[in-house]
Amino acid sequence: MQLFPCPFCGPRDEAEFHYGGEAGNLRPDGREVPAGRWADYLHMRANPKGATREIWVHVTCGEFFAMERDTVTHKVAGSVSLGEAEQQP
Amino acid sequence: MSARRLPHGGSEIDRSRPLKFTFDGRTVEGFGGDTVASALLASGRRIVGRSFKYHRPRGIWGAGVEEPNALLDVERDGRRTPNARATTEPVRDGLVARSVNATPDAEQDRNAFLDRFSRFIPAAFYYKTFMWPDWHLFEPRIRAMAGLGTVDPDWVQGRSADQLNHHCDVLVVGAGPAGLAAAASAAAAGHSVLVVDDQSRPGGSLRHRAGEIDGRPGAQWAAETAAALEKAGLALLSSTTAFGVYDHNLVALNQRHGDGWPDTLWRVRPKRIVLATGAIERPLPFANNDLPGILSADAALQYLKRHAVLAGERIVVATNNDSAYEAASVMAEASAEVTLVDVRPAASADAGKARVLSGRAVVAAHGRNAVEGVTLNDGTRLTADCVLVSGGWTPSVHLYSQAKGKLAWRDDLAAFVPGAEVEGIGTAGALVGEVSLSKVLESGIAALGQFAGKTATPKSTGPEASLNVSAAWPKPKAKGRVWIDYQNDVTAKDVELAARENFISVEHLKRYTTLGMATDQGKTSNLNGLALLAEATGRSIPDVGTTTYRPPFTPVPFTSLVGPKRKSLLAPVRRLPLDTVHRMQGASFREFGGWLRPAYYGGTGSGSAAAIQDEARRARQSVALFDGSTLGKIEVIGPRAAEFVDFIYYNTMSTLKQGRCRYGFMLSENGVVFDDGILVRLDEHRFVVSCSSSHVAAVHARLEEWRQDRFGRDAVYIHNATAQYATLTVSGPNAKVLLEALDLGASLDDASLPHMAITNGRFGGEEVRIARVSFTGDRSYEVSIRADCAEALWARMQQEGRALEAVTIGLEALMILRAEKGYIIIGKDTDGNTMPHDLGVAGPRQKRVTEFVGRRSLFTEEGTRSDRKQLVGLAVAEGEAPLGIGAHGIERTGGAKRSLGYVTSSYFSPTLGRPIALGLIEQGASRHGEVIDIQHLGMLRRATITAPCALDPAGDRLNG
Repeated sequence: MQLFPCPFCGPRDEAEFHYGGEAGNLRPDGREVPAGRWADYLHMRANPKGATREIWVHVTCGEFFAMERDTVTHKVAGSVSLGEAEQQP
Repeated sequence: MSARRLPHGGSEIDRSRPLKFTFDGRTVEGFGGDTVASALLASGRRIVGRSFKYHRPRGIWGAGVEEPNALLDVERDGRRTPNARATTEPVRDGLVARSVNATPDAEQDRNAFLDRFSRFIPAAFYYKTFMWPDWHLFEPRIRAMAGLGTVDPDWVQGRSADQLNHHCDVLVVGAGPAGLAAAASAAAAGHSVLVVDDQSRPGGSLRHRAGEIDGRPGAQWAAETAAALEKAGLALLSSTTAFGVYDHNLVALNQRHGDGWPDTLWRVRPKRIVLATGAIERPLPFANNDLPGILSADAALQYLKRHAVLAGERIVVATNNDSAYEAASVMAEASAEVTLVDVRPAASADAGKARVLSGRAVVAAHGRNAVEGVTLNDGTRLTADCVLVSGGWTPSVHLYSQAKGKLAWRDDLAAFVPGAEVEGIGTAGALVGEVSLSKVLESGIAALGQFAGKTATPKSTGPEASLNVSAAWPKPKAKGRVWIDYQNDVTAKDVELAARENFISVEHLKRYTTLGMATDQGKTSNLNGLALLAEATGRSIPDVGTTTYRPPFTPVPFTSLVGPKRKSLLAPVRRLPLDTVHRMQGASFREFGGWLRPAYYGGTGSGSAAAIQDEARRARQSVALFDGSTLGKIEVIGPRAAEFVDFIYYNTMSTLKQGRCRYGFMLSENGVVFDDGILVRLDEHRFVVSCSSSHVAAVHARLEEWRQDRFGRDAVYIHNATAQYATLTVSGPNAKVLLEALDLGASLDDASLPHMAITNGRFGGEEVRIARVSFTGDRSYEVSIRADCAEALWARMQQEGRALEAVTIGLEALMILRAEKGYIIIGKDTDGNTMPHDLGVAGPRQKRVTEFVGRRSLFTEEGTRSDRKQLVGLAVAEGEAPLGIGAHGIERTGGAKRSLGYVTSSYFSPTLGRPIALGLIEQGASRHGEVIDIQHLGMLRRATITAPCALDPAGDRLNG
């Protein structure tokens, strides 16, 4: 059982979290978005081996956040709530 | 002769406490402190079980959790445990133990004949032989012969197993000298420590091997150290196995209480783990090395020292290392005639009074049902009633490996030991190959890392142990049957056969021969097996490598893993605020989307269908009362709330006036309809999302995601108030009459409260919200009130309803009412491809200019296909029964049939007096009036495509 750091609640058991997708999958707006670009947004994932940045939600408190972790070692580098993530350079 | 109890000694038995139990129907006597294994040995019992495949007689091999042979079904006071290990099961008065895999008992097993055919039953025999004509033909008989222990199908679980979560600074696994030294040091530094050990008391090897620490006998030092830990308020769990290390160093413990009581599961999160798990003695490879009376030398030493049981009178000790010398010496001291056979050319340790034959090896054991003698490699025959074996030591690296540690091979130890350190995990003692007590104690402290105290390391003050092992691996083409895996009956020849057939990966070897796949997971056998594979394939042992170590280290009962999470505690149902009231009204409950709701009232069994029809019919006649409390009530509040709901919904919502409601769809980003429902605008910046009952949690999560990801936390606030309100629905031609009688203080005339509008009123001092929305097609009012005040309002509705012949309806009748109107249930009348324009709501798709969830997907190739499945009604000829739900509409071209879509909802409408159905049919919207074939369970019928709405298409009843 992994421990994930919820930016709001602190470290909690992984069973309390849901995966929300890869971070940085920006949504293209509008009905004129090229089909390929929209398909990428909907379906294409990098699924990296190693360091990754993902969106997770702490179901018990409702916090969505970005978390950096390693898919091989399961080491968690840290997490930041979505609002704060945007403010980062 | 065989093993016997000595008149004196035994550091851990209480001779003042004699106990009696039965084994295979015969009474066995023991003492307090005995295990079933020690008592069986003391009673002279040699055969304690039959092997898995060949039904060979087997005796006790070990003294701990590694025991491969002595598995028993035990029962006491009606509590049963299958496949308990005799070596870890304490003796209790009245215990009933039975050998496994033996009929009628281990002594006279009627399947023993199988062993005579063993040459015809090699590894993979069953795979190869019973392929033709069909494995399933043979399976029942083979299954009946296979398997250990018996499961009682009538077993009913009593008390649930406990599950505990625990945090500490340091978790020490193994309470031998290394573990205790580590625990004492960490405790002295003020850290919280938990020590676990799988034996019945702490001490490990100190309980039976010579050694002095700080001037005291080892056993005394262990007992005092353990007592000091407990006195300091720290926990020491005996009979507790750390069976798994999981992600982020969570350690799972299996605490055994014995006697049939459920085991306790511990989940421990330590800051540091110290693994002092010790090592397990290996067998030596010689023919018939599985005969009863052949034991691990260390186990025999344990039985002698702890339980005063001498394993034999004429003992041969076969070894390739120093560790067995102590056993030989102590056995000889205890009056046995001991010959020590050492494969090494010169003795390097003291065997005491035992005769030593150096440079020689046992090549075969003899005996029918138990060992009677051995032959050495020089042809010498020795008579013996007991053979003690030490083929070296295999460190218990399981937990380290589970934590992704990489093993390192040590030629000098002939074993794998932990390699590089895993973060947060220290390793110590025999696990890392330390043998001498001083080194073991030092390694225990070192394994603590930053958690080590400043107190002095305990000093070994007695003689130091040595190992000097000289590898004696099984060799190919050995004479006779050399057993590698006792529990799964794998011989050296089986391993060679696997290698010949090119199963040269150790993982393939394991699966092909079942080596190491038994309940003992090859604790005594794996290394011998892979050493032989290495030899047979011309590789080195580290090149062959080990199989993957996975939890659990020892078997864990399912009851322990399940814990209290059974039945309603596993999947708790949600109950309505008026649950008991509905019960008193005779409701039959069913689970709908996690809620326990009234399906219908009155009528049971075959009468239920009639009750549902009656409710649906009467609801259209006067007035119906329905508990709709589960409907979603998620509030969206804030300066950008209107913009937010515009984005969330397919329909434009920001144009909604205050106090009004609008029906709409929520889509997923792939354009598929995710939920439908009513949005209420309370004021400029406040909306209530009334989503489907079963989607509340998912919709809430979705709203939160878009809020936090796109709009910002300051722009919108979302509050799920679903459970805080009860929603009581009044529907039917007389709905307004009943509502007026409630005196809610709100004007209900159609000008003030038209369809799709809300108003507020009061009931008994509590504010109520009245929403004029309809899921039945009749004039309806949903009255929402604080959940804890709902009972009085419901009672009042029932009371006022009497004069109007009101009917209380359950969810089943409501399903008929909404289907009559063609109102859909998302997920029932839609599937994972259904887009809003398939449901006849195409306006926003064409007209909307602002962005919304799923928008772009509506214009993809898929979204614009001309042959999309569309919502339709389906009518059958007069007098016919309703269509089957899931029945397919089909089209024939040539001889081929093709599905056009399927029936999603189907009922008999009591109001219309005929069946009604909804379905998704290709291009259905433009095919009204067309007759198609409907196929269901092999039957072909015909149905006419119609508009979805079968009752009151003009909608007059909404204002009726």
